[in-house]
Amino acid sequence: MDRHSVEDANVATGDAEVTHGTAAMKLVLDHVAQRVGAETHLYPIELSPVPGALTVLLGATRSGKTSLMRIMAGLDAPTSGRVLVDNVDVTGRPVRERNVAMVYQQFINYPSLTVRDNIASPLRRQRAAGANVGDIDARVNAIATRLRIEPFLGRLPAELSGGQQQRVALARAMAKRAPLMLLDEPLVNLDYKLREELREELTQLFATGESTIVYATTDPTEALLLGGYTAVLDRGELLQYGPTPEVFHTPHSLRVARAFSDPPMNLLAAKWTPAGVMLGDGVCWPVPHSLTHLASGACTIGVRAGALRLTRREGDEMLQGTVSLADIAGSDTFVHVESAVGTVVAQLPGVHLFALGAPITLFVDPMKLYVFGADEKLLHAPSSHAARASIMQSH
Amino acid sequence: MPHVHPSCSLTDVARIDLDLAHSYAANPQRDTDYALRPMKMSFEDGGAYALLGPSGCGKTTMLNIISGLLAPSQGTVRFNGVEVTLRSPQDRNIAQVFQFPVVYDTMTVAENLAFPLRNRGVASARIAARVGQIAELLDLNPQLDRRAAGLSADAKQRISLGRGLVREDVSAVLFDEPLTVIDPQLKWQLRRKLKQIHAELKLTLIYVTHDQVEALTFADQIVVMMQGRAVQTGSASELYERPAHPFVGYFIGSPGMNFLPARAEAMSDAWTIAEQRVTVDEAMRSASGSEQQFTLGVRPEYVAIAQPHAAGAICAQVTQVQDIGTYLLLSARVGEGEHSAIVRARLHAESTTPAIGEQVWLSVVNAQSCVYVDDRLTERVEAAAR
Amino acid sequence: MKPVNQKAWWLILPVVLCVAFSAVLPLMTVVNYSVQDIISPERRVFVGTEWFAAVLRDPDLHAALLRQVIYSVCVLLVEVPLGIALALSMPAKGWRSSLVLVTVAMSLLIPWNVVGTIWQIFGRTDIGLLGATLVKMGVDYNYAGHAGDAWATVLLMDVWHWTPLVALLCFAGLRAIPDAYYQAARIDGASKLAVFRFIQLPKLRDVLMIAVLLRFMDSFMIYTEPFVLTGGGPGNATTFLSQYLTQKAVGQFDLGPAAAFSLIYFLLILLLCFVLYQWMQRVGHEQGQDPMPDGANG
Repeated sequence: MDRHSVEDANVATGDAEVTHGTAAMKLVLDHVAQRVGAETHLYPIELSPVPGALTVLLGATRSGKTSLMRIMAGLDAPTSGRVLVDNVDVTGRPVRERNVAMVYQQFINYPSLTVRDNIASPLRRQRAAGANVGDIDARVNAIATRLRIEPFLGRLPAELSGGQQQRVALARAMAKRAPLMLLDEPLVNLDYKLREELREELTQLFATGESTIVYATTDPTEALLLGGYTAVLDRGELLQYGPTPEVFHTPHSLRVARAFSDPPMNLLAAKWTPAGVMLGDGVCWPVPHSLTHLASGACTIGVRAGALRLTRREGDEMLQGTVSLADIAGSDTFVHVESAVGTVVAQLPGVHLFALGAPITLFVDPMKLYVFGADEKLLHAPSSHAARASIMQSH
Repeated sequence: MPHVHPSCSLTDVARIDLDLAHSYAANPQRDTDYALRPMKMSFEDGGAYALLGPSGCGKTTMLNIISGLLAPSQGTVRFNGVEVTLRSPQDRNIAQVFQFPVVYDTMTVAENLAFPLRNRGVASARIAARVGQIAELLDLNPQLDRRAAGLSADAKQRISLGRGLVREDVSAVLFDEPLTVIDPQLKWQLRRKLKQIHAELKLTLIYVTHDQVEALTFADQIVVMMQGRAVQTGSASELYERPAHPFVGYFIGSPGMNFLPARAEAMSDAWTIAEQRVTVDEAMRSASGSEQQFTLGVRPEYVAIAQPHAAGAICAQVTQVQDIGTYLLLSARVGEGEHSAIVRARLHAESTTPAIGEQVWLSVVNAQSCVYVDDRLTERVEAAAR
Repeated sequence: MKPVNQKAWWLILPVVLCVAFSAVLPLMTVVNYSVQDIISPERRVFVGTEWFAAVLRDPDLHAALLRQVIYSVCVLLVEVPLGIALALSMPAKGWRSSLVLVTVAMSLLIPWNVVGTIWQIFGRTDIGLLGATLVKMGVDYNYAGHAGDAWATVLLMDVWHWTPLVALLCFAGLRAIPDAYYQAARIDGASKLAVFRFIQLPKLRDVLMIAVLLRFMDSFMIYTEPFVLTGGGPGNATTFLSQYLTQKAVGQFDLGPAAAFSLIYFLLILLLCFVLYQWMQRVGHEQGQDPMPDGANG
């Protein structure tokens, strides 16, 4: 991604306010690892977040997201490996020299300063360091308007609600116009609806491409809604990094599939034979012609909850079982079915009422199945999604 | 699992009736002085209820009044007709699970579960049996002899829940946003577990949350609350299909309902929606009745891409298309400048979508659209003709 | 590899010099004295570890040590439970809370020799409130004459003076316990004793560790208050270790053995505190980790 620096863009549009370079940071993590005592928090990780774009760090709690972010920021030094910023080795350089903005999940603001002073603080510091920051008040007002907190500029953070406090923290981070912005699960302490609203606003705010954004979250749906690129972390290891739809539709391994799906993907142990895929208890699905050479022996079949249907279509395979649970979530129904191959969860559009223990037949298109080998690596992913992902990218 | 009711009228709780208001001010005059506005509400035995709303709407206050941790400033709480307004929590036969797991650090899991029974002087053999039953139900058996302090958050929440269920005289379990600190993957399992418990033990469960997915999957009846009052009570499908108030339409559903300002002219076959003239079928036109100005509400799930100038469709410009894995979310802008609105449509994962910036026609007036006048649902267009 | 900024070291140079001058040099001097026999300022003889051996064999020292240990144990046994009890009964919020906090903390502000003087007068049988009242009630009380009464008075003085410290630490620790624990305990039907035993005490563990360490160290080194109150008497009934040391060093001007004894004293305290600390840490770890209420994050 070849970008002009913001400086050039500013000059081009006649805005000569900011004179120090604010081009999005090119950050490279080269085999960065972290050990604390006998525990390994991070195994050697190579990651280069795409400059100017949003990278989501997705993983469960304790998967290493915060440790990785702290190394990116310069708050901690890695036990081994290097951190390169714009091709300069900054490993060990403290965070004060790194020009990074960070937003935490705990609504961190200066409690004794008003909202206006909070947002202005990085600008004042930059001015004291000699940079030309233009009219501080005007910039503060502009940012406050964008984040919809201008009515509160004169108040103290303690007088605001959680969502408003987090907006102040975001405004302060954005006022800094740092080349790298790190957000550590910033919306997790907010209400569901507030989270939705703020997430949408964030997607728009981040679309300018001024900074490289790294956003940590445990929620796969949030990663999908934010878009951009996703790095999947699991127990200190980086499993996959790529455009979000691609990582979702083409998980490289079982671990990625488990970490990045909501509802969880149905994973069925199976045996791959020339005659077909043998799932538990005598269920055998014929193998599509193009894939017979794919594998042999033990493997795992992945079926997304949304791939299971109630109505049959041409070429579908069949799965029979009894309903053990039916969840209605708005416009979808999640049915938990006990079948010959184990418990599967199906996501059916619309509201369906099932009696507990009622028999049910589900259908699935065999071309929609994921195949993972005995080594847990992906052997086959449904092709239509990958094709679609590339179509979307070209827009 | 048999649910034993010792003979005491309070334990066979058939209903919980609330007829109260709660205010922190000494002399509440206006609506805003109330944390809970004057209301009447009933919870039937064995039902699963959810109190759903944003923070500050009063749902936790209501829960604490039901459990006895808080006494209402006016009004009564009745369990099965018996007034319990001033009774302490331990005399009400309820159990409560809090947002943060509460376990006694110095005790093992088994001792934690036995604690409420020991405090009530139950015989040891009985305690052991009961603890075993509940541990089995909550999958805590492998960890019974471990110290509670070292376990994961979801195990601790199960222990908190277990402490509530272990008492045989408990007839209602109250939950205060219990899944807040649980990972998304484990939330599924814990929700399933709660439904299993509901089915097996047939207790009344009251669940407070701001997460509509949790409320809709968990409860038979959901009470949507806003600013101290209950805006609508109903089943998941009722709230979804016929939200009585725009707030319910907005709050339930991810993303919430689309709202567009609309006008109907007398003697005309069209409505003006967001400044666009839209032809509307007669059957649908009758939904607006004689109203001139109203708000049209339609859920993104029911907005579809339509042919240009089709009946009930408006023209919009695509601003974003997001791939959410199981579906596509299309956002389009209707109108210009200050009066523009964003309309969202949920499309099937396989659909072809226009590119960003292109024009698209979206069908917004259909059988599932709702008409709101003064924040009230007047009538939902029934499917007369498709 | 990484450029490390060395400039900060220059900033602490003044502090280093001060500490060196006021602490390290005198300590080295003591070590120097401890291995010499100082007959007069001009005549010194190197005697190696002879003083250490002599000191360790001294029966008076053993007696003082025993008295000191008993004293510290008594202090801990009384002050820690009393401090906890006081913290539990202090109001948590509002103006009453501030008032009680200030009142409770006042005895901590009084200079130590003034504390000794207050109690010296307090305990006098002719004009002291305590002494006179006890005598009027028929109790044969005389802290200057009876060893038992002297002990009791010194102990009481220490409790009066220092229990508020334990109380304040515990008060802060109690405020950190989230409300949900108390609410859950109410629903579980726990009695007040159970709440104390299973919720408050475990959560006070860290705070109590500080309180116990502080009180132990201070009581083991105590000098001013008993010296002013009883002067070490009657006889040497209340002569604790530091006073014995002072008698030896200043009174008898026997610098050699005094220096040796100081070093032993210092190492003794260090050892006891270390053992105590390790023991409390181990007990804490056995009880497991308690994650932050806002959920662990990776």
